[in-house]
Amino acid sequence: MERIPVLKLGNLLLVSIQVDLEDRLALNLQDDLAERIVATGARGVLIDISALDIVDSFVGRMLSTIAAMSKLLDAETVVVGMRPAVAITLVELGLDMPGVRTALTLEHGLALLGAEVRVRRSDDTDSADRADLPGSIEEPTGPSGTAVAGTVVG
Amino acid sequence: MTIGGLGPQGGGAASSSAGSPQRHAIVVESDVVRVRQVVRSAAVAARLSLVDQTKMVTAASELARNTLVYGGGGAVTIDIVDNGRRRGVRAVFTDSGPGIADLDLALTDGWTSGSGLGLGLSGSRRLVDEFELESSPETGTTVRVVKWSR
Repeated sequence: MERIPVLKLGNLLLVSIQVDLEDRLALNLQDDLAERIVATGARGVLIDISALDIVDSFVGRMLSTIAAMSKLLDAETVVVGMRPAVAITLVELGLDMPGVRTALTLEHGLALLGAEVRVRRSDDTDSADRADLPGSIEEPTGPSGTAVAGTVVG
Repeated sequence: MTIGGLGPQGGGAASSSAGSPQRHAIVVESDVVRVRQVVRSAAVAARLSLVDQTKMVTAASELARNTLVYGGGGAVTIDIVDNGRRRGVRAVFTDSGPGIADLDLALTDGWTSGSGLGLGLSGSRRLVDEFELESSPETGTTVRVVKWSR
């Protein structure tokens, strides 16, 4: 069975949906993400849907389920890249996706997750070992304190 | 029992087919994906705007899944229609499943007889310009939708 690749990037998991989603494929992605969050200790999940030309109620529900599930596993989910026509259609369809956070672009999504993780690290001493995983893309908490992932701080 | 209704734009009765209708079976999950692609091509050919294409394809995706999951499989016929003033895309979904016992209830947001979200019928009705639903235990269910270019 075909699967959607899940990439690990620092302490994030990155998924870019590039195919027309069959229902089975969407369900596999939910399962794969749950396993990978636990296996990697990821703190964030970023799902790029910029290649999806429609989001119907099934895919909408998949995104809600992933968000709820990752929350239970102590990771935040951000969906990025929704096309304007898709957003208009979702509103008319009447689908709301509780718990799904969105950002317009990959950069904004990364910044949102970076900020989340940093706040959690200062609040939660248990997570320090996770956040210090090698390859973490987090900015070190410096004096500026406002740097976001993906920003070059000169 | 029938629930019908021409949308605010009317003119459905006068519309004639402006191309050769395409019939596609809806028997397995991958057929739902193919229906989306065929409806998209027809919507582009009928010169629907990108937003209207997206609405029509999304409605078709919901209805094709209903045909598969609740109707036990069926078929869709897709064609481009012309009412003399503008073009549109028509899709007619048919199944010979058990039929829908209460059409008014089935068209209520959030009501589902299965595991879905209950938005398939009610949501797709909002996304199209014309929506007609016929259902009985003897003949199964037929849903006819049209989206017109503006």
